[in-house]
Amino acid sequence: MPTITYRDALNHALREEMQRDDRVFLMGEEVGVYQGAYKVSKGMLQEFGEMRVVDTPITELGFAGVGVGAAMVGLRPIIEFMTWNFALLALDQVVNSAAKMLYMSGGQYPMAMVFRGPNGAALQLSAQHSQAWESWLAHIPGLKVVAPGTPYDAKGLLKSAIRDDNPVIVLEGEMLYNTKGDVPDSEEVLVPLGKAEVKREGSDVSLITWGKMVLVAQQAAEQLAKENISAEIVDLRTLRPMDVEAIAASVSKTNRAVVVEEGWAVAGVGAHVADFVQRECFDDLDAPVLRVHQEDVPMPYAKNLERAAKPDAKKTVAAAKKVLYLDT
Amino acid sequence: MATKVVMEALSPTMEEGRLVKWLKNEGDKIASGETLAEVETDKAVMELVARGEGVLRKRLLGEGATAPVGQLVAVIAAPDENIDALLGGASAPPAAEAKPAEDVVAKTQESAGASSAPRSAAQAQGEAAAPPQQKVPAFRMGTAAPKGQAPPSPAPATEQARDGGNGEGRARTSPLARRLARESGLDLQGVRGTGPGGRIIKRDIEAAIASGSGAQAAAGAPAAAPTRDGDFTDIALTQMRKTIARRLSESIGPIPTFYLTAEFDMERVAEMRAAMVAMGDEFKVSVNDIVMKAVATALALHPEVNAHWLGDRIRQFNRVHLGMAVAVEDGLITPVVFDADRKRMSEISREARELAKRARERRLKPDEYMGATFSVSNLGMFGIEHFTAIINPPETGILAIGAVEQNPVVVDGAIVPRQRMRVTMSCDHRVVDGATGARFLQTLRRMLENPLMLVF
Repeated sequence: MPTITYRDALNHALREEMQRDDRVFLMGEEVGVYQGAYKVSKGMLQEFGEMRVVDTPITELGFAGVGVGAAMVGLRPIIEFMTWNFALLALDQVVNSAAKMLYMSGGQYPMAMVFRGPNGAALQLSAQHSQAWESWLAHIPGLKVVAPGTPYDAKGLLKSAIRDDNPVIVLEGEMLYNTKGDVPDSEEVLVPLGKAEVKREGSDVSLITWGKMVLVAQQAAEQLAKENISAEIVDLRTLRPMDVEAIAASVSKTNRAVVVEEGWAVAGVGAHVADFVQRECFDDLDAPVLRVHQEDVPMPYAKNLERAAKPDAKKTVAAAKKVLYLDT
Repeated sequence: MATKVVMEALSPTMEEGRLVKWLKNEGDKIASGETLAEVETDKAVMELVARGEGVLRKRLLGEGATAPVGQLVAVIAAPDENIDALLGGASAPPAAEAKPAEDVVAKTQESAGASSAPRSAAQAQGEAAAPPQQKVPAFRMGTAAPKGQAPPSPAPATEQARDGGNGEGRARTSPLARRLARESGLDLQGVRGTGPGGRIIKRDIEAAIASGSGAQAAAGAPAAAPTRDGDFTDIALTQMRKTIARRLSESIGPIPTFYLTAEFDMERVAEMRAAMVAMGDEFKVSVNDIVMKAVATALALHPEVNAHWLGDRIRQFNRVHLGMAVAVEDGLITPVVFDADRKRMSEISREARELAKRARERRLKPDEYMGATFSVSNLGMFGIEHFTAIINPPETGILAIGAVEQNPVVVDGAIVPRQRMRVTMSCDHRVVDGATGARFLQTLRRMLENPLMLVF
């Protein structure tokens, strides 16, 4: 099985879906001539031409709106945001137009489109460009939100997102683009939306996470294993709709849950997970649900402070030990 | 913050304790976990440890006096802290100190509802009005008392015992621990929490179940990782097993017991023992030691009888912890030879002797008489040929061992005198069926009639 980067996995997904369905097109800043700010769309302008790989001005609200219009007339646009930090400008189109269109038109306007781009912090991009937006987006009825953490899931989820008839948010990660993983090329890779995956089986504590934090959880699980603690990693993969059965199955097995998320704690997706767990897994819990998340500050620029602000394996290990009552 | 020191349930069945000796004086500085006093329970002399730190401000129970579980016996607080509120009626303490034990107990039991106990009435009322799930002393391991027949226990006292003395009115218990306790019929009152603030968590319940009851998992419980399998296997109940359990219980009471009797030929055991005795005193073992070794070895081969009935499942143990009933002056107790199947006969012999001695001196610790997976009871030394023993739940079997006697038996068509011993196994039919028990006895027969099997 070939080992490819997350970046190439996305590229393959885009190309396969554009080959498969000529209603699909890609639009965004630098996606064409420059081959993508992160080279996700490398070679696509050459393969599909400028009608289907469309460079836009720096006008997020504008080109998101063009995408919504295109979807309303039956095309299947993929809108790339250079990062989700820039997509704030486009939120009106995402939230008020894309997410509501099927509902408010009684299904008369189709809205099969994808908004994608890197989410969360990379390295030293400072406060305005290091934000994880999934709780904002997963908050909205009418959107589906996915956050792949591996190349396989990146390919499979993006392809499923493109085929889905609803607006789907795809949250990628700058720090993920270069990560590698096995992705078969002999078969169609499709990961169903709304389906979590247990990335690592364990019996002592459930680390519930998604996106970039899957890597953090894996590091934490390795460290815990050295201390004979068996951590299970539940990669939600889709945040809306959320695979709560998978969460319940894991927590009822381990009796302890730690949610690891990239963003801030207040009103984060992890709070929603914790809410579900306390409600549906109450009698299975041997400890309160704990959360690992970014510190409650704008992301510092200074390297040492940035490191201290981010959720990491060390904090995850500490939280896992705490729910296991091994912290004293 | 002040810490109330209450008479704790130091054994699962303890309802009152006699304060043998104070180890700290009023005014002494106390660290959390320090031993404050020695308390005699219904089973042994145990340590009462501090659940908070500060200064031992007041001792409320005199040496030799008895207090029901939950009664305030001392107060730990900061040197200058006002503790009047905790002491309630100021006149009560000396009275309690002077009163003979029976009086205190009687008074508290009378006051179960009316709260005339020597503590703040408001507080007792408040506690008595605690949520219903706090007042379920009906389930209690080790006493087979059916629901509703639990001994009356004063509600306020119960509440205090549960909160571990920190005065918050209820034991903090994780939801899972509460569920596990409910499922296994374990009374949380005897369980000591090792989580933060004394929270009872899963490992405490497991420790309590493994040891046969609560009272055990003390503050120093191993900080080892959570559940590890290997010591036992839980077996889900099949519909058939559930039906057997229900129908037979209806028929015969809480534990549907039946009895299997077998007579073993003990000639070879007698020969073996004689040969060992002839080698010298250091090799001397009793018939009972040999029988225990054989029972333990046979149990290791028959996990289906080396099991506990937990209400919603059967727990088969992979280790053999053999309880042995020991008569003491005014009752009996069943100390445990742990991992008996892995011990050499000399070890079993030494341990059994030591445990019996300490049992008679009432110096056994709870972890020495809890956690048996199966038990034996031997009345052979009293010349009893045959008897039946009563199962100690949640164990599912006990073997009653009679005397070894010369009996006439037919061997190869001729009547000859042989050393014979009769054993009767009491079986909990919810777990052990007739044939299951019989197969175990078959193995035991093979071991005892060919004791060389014990070294196989």
